[in-house]
Amino acid sequence: MVNMAVILCGIAMPNPVIAASGTFGFGEDFARLYDINCLGSFSMKGTTLSAREGNPTPRIAECASGMLNAVGLQNPGIDKVISEELPKIGEFYHRPVMANVSGFSVDEYAEICRRLDGQAQVGWIELNISCPNVHGGGLAFGTSPHSAAQVTRAARRATVKPLIVKLSPNVTDIVEVARACEAEGADGLSLINTLLGMRLDLKTRRPVLRNITGGLSGPAVFPVALRMIYQVYQGVRVPLVGIGGISSAKDVLEMMLAGATAVQVGSANLVNPYACRDIIKALPDAMADYGIKNLNDLIGGAH
Amino acid sequence: MKQCVYLIEENEQIAQNTYRIVFSGDTSAFTAPGQFLNLEVSGLYLRRPFSVCEWEKGHVSIVYKVVGAGTQKMSTFKRGREVDVLTGLGKGFDTENSGPRPLLIGGGAGVPPLMMLCKMLLAQKKQPTVAVGFGSAGEAFFQDAFRNLGVPVSIATMDGSLGAKGMVLDACRMDACTYFYACGPIAMLKAVCAASCSDGQVSLEERMGCGFGACMGCTVITQRGPKRVCTEGPVFDKGELVW
Ligand SMILES: Cc1cc2nc3c(=O)[nH]c(=O)nc-3n(C[C@H](O)[C@H](O)[C@H](O)COP(=O)(O)OP(=O)(O)OC[C@H]3O[C@@H](n4cnc5c(N)ncnc54)[C@H](O)[C@@H]3O)c2cc1C
Ligand SMILES: Cc1cc2nc3c(=O)[nH]c(=O)nc-3n(C[C@H](O)[C@H](O)[C@H](O)COP(=O)(O)O)c2cc1C
Ligand code: FES
Repeated sequence: MVNMAVILCGIAMPNPVIAASGTFGFGEDFARLYDINCLGSFSMKGTTLSAREGNPTPRIAECASGMLNAVGLQNPGIDKVISEELPKIGEFYHRPVMANVSGFSVDEYAEICRRLDGQAQVGWIELNISCPNVHGGGLAFGTSPHSAAQVTRAARRATVKPLIVKLSPNVTDIVEVARACEAEGADGLSLINTLLGMRLDLKTRRPVLRNITGGLSGPAVFPVALRMIYQVYQGVRVPLVGIGGISSAKDVLEMMLAGATAVQVGSANLVNPYACRDIIKALPDAMADYGIKNLNDLIGGAH
Repeated sequence: MKQCVYLIEENEQIAQNTYRIVFSGDTSAFTAPGQFLNLEVSGLYLRRPFSVCEWEKGHVSIVYKVVGAGTQKMSTFKRGREVDVLTGLGKGFDTENSGPRPLLIGGGAGVPPLMMLCKMLLAQKKQPTVAVGFGSAGEAFFQDAFRNLGVPVSIATMDGSLGAKGMVLDACRMDACTYFYACGPIAMLKAVCAASCSDGQVSLEERMGCGFGACMGCTVITQRGPKRVCTEGPVFDKGELVW
């Protein structure tokens, strides 16, 4: 028997695999396909204070081993998430979920955290300060240690729930931002969000995405994400959630070796709706292949 | 939605740059014409969505136009190849509201889903009329197949090499029908809705990340707020759309 259970910021999970925000909706479409209680957890679609329609389409483009999205945080707003989505989730998912939140001001982030604070099923709050697809929001806070610290401080005061700050790779020194968030009371850090990119259409000679730029994700970003987890692990003490291009059980092991306590699987869900389940099923054999009895022994093992 | 492995029974060229694949496999997830499947093309990261042209128990066909890397690769798929597909996606056409004389309007790669729709309407003892438009005579397909069903067909081509010269609307009258169904380029759909005097349904296309509702990549703004083309669509009522 192998041990896959891990503890993320005080919350026990049966395995380290979390479905990433924006690629799993509010879980419902997947719960119709398989029993998602097999997951470590899932992170809900990025939620803002008011409802957002998102960016104009096309919002999706493709590239070698990956994709670009410019969805722009389309979501029903925090009140609907609390009154409609969370009760629905309670019917098919029986563990703590991660609430991914985004805002356009420090106060907005704090207000959303306050409203989520009393929600029993919300385990962790994941502060998305790294969305590259909304102007004046998200990413703007994640690109400087100073503003990242401000958001973290305000959110910290607004909730007692474990607070995970989701970092952007679109920075010169991610360790600096990570340290700033840790200093303001972040209980954990998740990384990476998408890398800013674009594609052009040779026929029209125009950008494929209406938003011009979008966020790159998928297997193409795995080495970047792995490198950043490795670096951040050396700079902070809080647990890390490794995100970016994970599509196999081996990727999970590699990310944990670099320093992740848990991982998130994003784009892989979009091309294979069973990706998370398949990865979890494959984990015990992959662990056995490399002589791993307890996943916890692996965390940061590469250092 | 159901993930399936389909076997390619045939993959034949039926017009210029246009191919038809017949698959065998589990078709139980399809419930209405106008639904689509999302096909994995090895070597490409995202799946490719295609409307179902026709299905019967154990067999399903699609008709596709070669427009880029994915469809180019598909055109080389040989009989006997297995492909991974997400099936039974989206909400298809509703045949209940059609009245006795529905008009089916298709443009180019939008024509395929009208075949199953037409057959179902005929089976319901309705009298459908078909109007199709293509770039040129070489690209035209299915006009004879519709005629063989006993359905009146009008054709337009942009270069006038077959039927009326111009858009599909130049070849048909919209005032005689009780309802319309349209699938094709967005400009055609807009023109059809503007010219129509009856209710109807249109099938929209949008670039897709997943095809089953998870990514919010395919949103259109409707009278009832943002909707996903892959899940609440691809077929929408004329009255729902905000052009
Ligand atoms: C619901 C639905 C039903 C469709 N049914 C048919 C059909 O029956 N027959 C047919 O020939 N085509 C159909 N299409 C369009 C078809 O999906 C695209 O032509 C195809 O994906 C192009 O792939 P490519 O790799 O050859 O082109 P590329 O240009 O290389 O594709 C690059 C990316 O753009 C996307 N893309 C390109 N054009 C379109 C488009 N028009 N709509 C959506 N995504 C696009 C591709 O999926 C891919 O992600 C349908 C599209 C949708 C959304
Ligand atoms: C379509 C799409 C939507 C996303 N939406 C969000 C979001 O709302 N909030 C967020 O923090 N990250 C969002 N992300 C980023 C992912 O959660 C993840 O960080 C990123 O895609 C890298 O992981 P991957 O390579 O496994 O996809 C989104 C990604 C995609 C592809
Ligand atoms: S394509 Fe992903 S939600 Fe429609």
